[in-house]
Amino acid sequence: MAEKTLMKGNEALAEGAVRAGCRFFAGYPITPQNEVPEYMSWRLPQEGGFFIQAESEVAAINMIFGAASTGIRVMTSSSSPGISLKQEGISYCAGADLPIFYANVVRGGPGLGNIAPAQSDYFQSTRGGGHGDYRVFVMAPNSATEMANFPKRCYDVAFKYRVPSMILADGLLGQMMEPVEFDFEPIDPGSIPAPDWALGVATGRNKRVVKSYDLRPGRLEDWNIERQKKFEMIEAEECDWDGEGLEDCELLVSSYGSCSRISKSAVKLARDSGLAVGLLRPITLYPFPKKIFRDMARKVKNILVVEMSLGQYVEDVQLSVEGAVPIHFHGRPGGGIPTAEEIFEIVKKIMRK
Amino acid sequence: MKKVFEKTNGLTDVPMRYCPGCGHGIAHRLVGEVIEELGVRERTIAVVPVGCSVFLDEYVNCDGIQGPHGRGPAIATGIKRTHPECIVFSYQGDGDLASIGMAETIHSAARSENITIVFINNAIYGMTGGQMAPTTLIGMRATTCPSGRSIEVNGYPIRMCELLATLPGASYLARTSVDKPANIIKTKKAIKKAFETQIQKKGFSMVEILSPCPTDWGMTPRVALKRVQNEMIPYFPLGVYRDWESRGKKEDDVKVAIEA
Ligand SMILES: Cc1ncc(C[n+]2csc(CCOP(=O)(O)OP(=O)(O)O)c2C)c(N)n1
Ligand code: SF4
Repeated sequence: MAEKTLMKGNEALAEGAVRAGCRFFAGYPITPQNEVPEYMSWRLPQEGGFFIQAESEVAAINMIFGAASTGIRVMTSSSSPGISLKQEGISYCAGADLPIFYANVVRGGPGLGNIAPAQSDYFQSTRGGGHGDYRVFVMAPNSATEMANFPKRCYDVAFKYRVPSMILADGLLGQMMEPVEFDFEPIDPGSIPAPDWALGVATGRNKRVVKSYDLRPGRLEDWNIERQKKFEMIEAEECDWDGEGLEDCELLVSSYGSCSRISKSAVKLARDSGLAVGLLRPITLYPFPKKIFRDMARKVKNILVVEMSLGQYVEDVQLSVEGAVPIHFHGRPGGGIPTAEEIFEIVKKIMRK
Repeated sequence: MKKVFEKTNGLTDVPMRYCPGCGHGIAHRLVGEVIEELGVRERTIAVVPVGCSVFLDEYVNCDGIQGPHGRGPAIATGIKRTHPECIVFSYQGDGDLASIGMAETIHSAARSENITIVFINNAIYGMTGGQMAPTTLIGMRATTCPSGRSIEVNGYPIRMCELLATLPGASYLARTSVDKPANIIKTKKAIKKAFETQIQKKGFSMVEILSPCPTDWGMTPRVALKRVQNEMIPYFPLGVYRDWESRGKKEDDVKVAIEA
């Protein structure tokens, strides 16, 4: 268990999902996530699971929709353009209250963009992404070990609340090789009883229907309000974050995912030169850990948000802090990656004022 | 009194809301009867389309899942791969199957997914109010080709059975019609054969059913049936286009595809 294996982030993600009980994967090739379907294609059959290379991302998400309706743990993965194609299907999963898990290994956009790491799918991920009123449980790992361990947490939340869940990664996390340590024992999905809504052999029970439509007047409104209560519970129960130097910092730097690793190095540079700088990193992006930001806003003089996109993540920080403290912003779009030194320079400038 | 007709246990008691003379209701009944006669009702899962038959999940007496427009074969694939013990059928209209869902249709046939498709070809988009379908006949009026489908602007209607018959993965393909009792009986036989194809693990099966849509054709039910006979059948000839049983004797390409 405590043994460490050297793995690429994408492989860690795939292995983590398999150990968390995933037994069906459908996907379509796109860089920089190809290692995920490639790994699943040989790994899932070893566990009695099923892999299928779909004809498109649209077909892949609908295969997932079908398999998920039978109550099993399913997964798909893609990168930005492919995730855009999957949004209709994800919305149907949300509308039919199906637990699914997927990963977006983000690349530079919009359009075909490039294959460099980026964080520009933040809005799409945290606001639902497809049509209709719903959210997706979103986790943002920043290491290969977290890529390996977060799928289990995604399944736990997805099945507890019957919602879609996802990992928002990027090409840096997907391609990076790191020692990986699993923090859970492999789960045998055969030992988990099928949920009471799952389709399948119906002997001795009434028929079941999985659907997202209700044309009767007022019913869809009621259904949405009912579903919203789940999201309120998720917001109350499932927030996660990590921080350092929060006790005494005057400037709070905040980033998520791979960018938080770079910000961490910048914070170390600042600390080494005697500056009171801390780091706050959300681990769940939806639900967003608003409370810790609100608490920190009362203590610090400034917040610096660094992200690999042009002002998406910063909006959640602004919404949490509600103007209580000045927020500075540094964003790099289109696959640009900030350096620790670049961030450190901005830190110095803010603190000099 | 002697009972001469009984509603199949393959359907629920929910009254169908189709227009008078619509072919969907007949097709539903035939599917329900086949499911009951084959004794597979409790392990059958219906994949329900977007289209006039979106309420199929209420009418059919088995588990069901309603999914995005055109994606039935992909949804059925996800269920069937993980639950081969279930009998999975996707019910689809022509817009659903031959337009937006064309890729899913072709690729599920190419993979010889062990699923069954019941394809209602009414040459029109019923649910959205009579727009042109990929199977709308040349010269036939629709709300998006008000002076009739023209080859110059809209090209040719797609013959799905003929198209899929080029794929070795398509194990059973038949085109039938519900225009008269004899053809309704043949339609039921074809649906049964398609389900048996799946039960015997022979791969992809599809029955294309030519079906009237009096409402969006702007016709009485009786005249609509005449159109099926006089205009649709000549362009969409009835018959069996692939049959693993007869063809399997000559070359076993489908069997190879399934076993690989
Ligand atoms: C993505 C998407 N595009 C368009 C629609 C609108 N729409 C609903 S039904 C339909 C066409 C149905 O026609 P057909 O498949 O031929 O079935 P019929 O109603 O004739 O039985 C369309 C375009 C939709 N629901 N979803
Ligand atoms: S519009 Fe056409 S296909 Fe739809 S229910 Fe009426 S007759 Fe049937």
